[in-house]
Amino acid sequence: MLTGLFAPGRRHAIPLMLFLLGGFAAPLLAVIAFSFVPSRTFSLWQGWTFANYAEIFASSSYITFFWSIGLAAATVLILAVVCYPVAFGMARVFGRYSTLVTLLFALPLFVSENVRIYGWILFFIKNGVLLGSLKSMFGYEPESVLFTTGLTLLGMVYVYLPFMLFTMALGVSMVPGQVRDAAFDLGATRWQVFREIDLPLAMPGIVIGFLLTFVLAVGAIAESKVLGGQRVIPVAHDIEIAFTYAQNWPLGAALSVLLMLVVGVLVLLVLRRFDLDTILGRR
Amino acid sequence: MEGSRDRMMRALVWAWTIAVIVFMYLPALSLFLASSTASRYFIFPINRWGFDWWQRTFASLEVHQLFRTSLLIALCVTAIAVVIALSGALAFARYEWKGRSVYQKIVLLPIFFPQTVLGLALLLWFNALGFTMSWQTAVFAHLVWIIPVCTLVISIQVYSFDPALEEAAFDLGASRFQVFREVTLPVLLPGIVSGALFAFLLSWGNFPLSLYTTGADTTLPEYLYAKMIAGYTPGVPVLGTVSTMAAALLMLLGYLVVLVLRRRRVDGAAGA
Repeated sequence: MLTGLFAPGRRHAIPLMLFLLGGFAAPLLAVIAFSFVPSRTFSLWQGWTFANYAEIFASSSYITFFWSIGLAAATVLILAVVCYPVAFGMARVFGRYSTLVTLLFALPLFVSENVRIYGWILFFIKNGVLLGSLKSMFGYEPESVLFTTGLTLLGMVYVYLPFMLFTMALGVSMVPGQVRDAAFDLGATRWQVFREIDLPLAMPGIVIGFLLTFVLAVGAIAESKVLGGQRVIPVAHDIEIAFTYAQNWPLGAALSVLLMLVVGVLVLLVLRRFDLDTILGRR
Repeated sequence: MEGSRDRMMRALVWAWTIAVIVFMYLPALSLFLASSTASRYFIFPINRWGFDWWQRTFASLEVHQLFRTSLLIALCVTAIAVVIALSGALAFARYEWKGRSVYQKIVLLPIFFPQTVLGLALLLWFNALGFTMSWQTAVFAHLVWIIPVCTLVISIQVYSFDPALEEAAFDLGASRFQVFREVTLPVLLPGIVSGALFAFLLSWGNFPLSLYTTGADTTLPEYLYAKMIAGYTPGVPVLGTVSTMAAALLMLLGYLVVLVLRRRRVDGAAGA
């Protein structure tokens, strides 16, 4: 068959690669370049400086990084526990209802996340669905839990649940049923099958689910803004402020570069280890 | 003994899943309830139900304009994404070539990237190029993450595609274009329809990318966000409910189309 530059595979990859070059690589390079220009300038050609990075580490804005990373890690851990039984069910229990369950979990993905988060406001707000019901049914009137860090976390768990679920389900469906049956026949307990077969064989999907959820959650912004009452400030919020109200693009760019570093290193480390053909393809 | 424990586990898995589904739909339910009150502010339990706010929202010219902008962006995104992603998916899953595994990972990168940062990066980039933000720049921004998603969705279909079909057609003397039209396209159609559906719906619901790249044009999610921050009316939950139901309807329709296409393909294969 043909090899070289015009091999059919390479030829078909060209439009997509060109697009990502102009639409993904170039903007990121622009951000990196902007992070080295003097504060509050809007042109790239005014000399280079490290001042923006120095400013981040001198001020307390690196604390937002820890909040973002901590909240994202907590989101991932909670979702791992919440999603595994559902992913397991989709592969092994639900049978012909599996598609229905999949569609039900996919639908929220297609509604703008701020709208869905706003639904939680209406649920938790004073005189809202939850507190209003409690009041009218039991005459019980607790404080609203809105605008707390816990609710930020709930919002994040809610928004990123489908991402964890679907990648996890992909992993769980890679576990061959015969291997499990064989283990049970040989007298393995449920726990042993889970630990020795289900978990290791589903691992690629689970790890990619962790990665995807973490990366998206680390950039989360709407949850803390809308539900958390800005009790904690995630790093994406700092970045947004720098780009908009503060009109300090170089500072925003420097913060973005640091976030990109965290995300990029993690993604490259994890993705390197997996063969996508076996996860997606199942030929 | 083993059987009853098995039944119990299945019951537990079902119960847990249903609880999680209820959790996922609580906000949508709250939105619906808040949209069907006759009063200006939401107080639950609702004592005066009414759909005035639905009428008022649908009569608003501003809302019509928002729908038009969102629809225009989503349609452009879908058309462009499907073409590039189809080609990209063939490179992803159909052909063996050097550099394919690196290419597969590059395709994933925009998906594994915080969207807020991507939106701001694109704003900066467009600005450096001297573009004015408008719905066209928003189309481009949406494409940056929707093309990779769409490529993955179509790739899953491409993986199940047997290249021997194409080769057989070539051997029988079909031209490249004929092979594509008569063999490749029909076989991949279910994947292409799902890809298009994903592209449309993800663009329709996107907020973080639109926020920074639409300029003076406004999409529905942006408008809702502005209203949530300041100036709540029951029009907000009305539009939220409408977009949820529209997405559900479209998804169901798309699913049925894919189902019919799959069935036709199976029947065709059985008949041949």
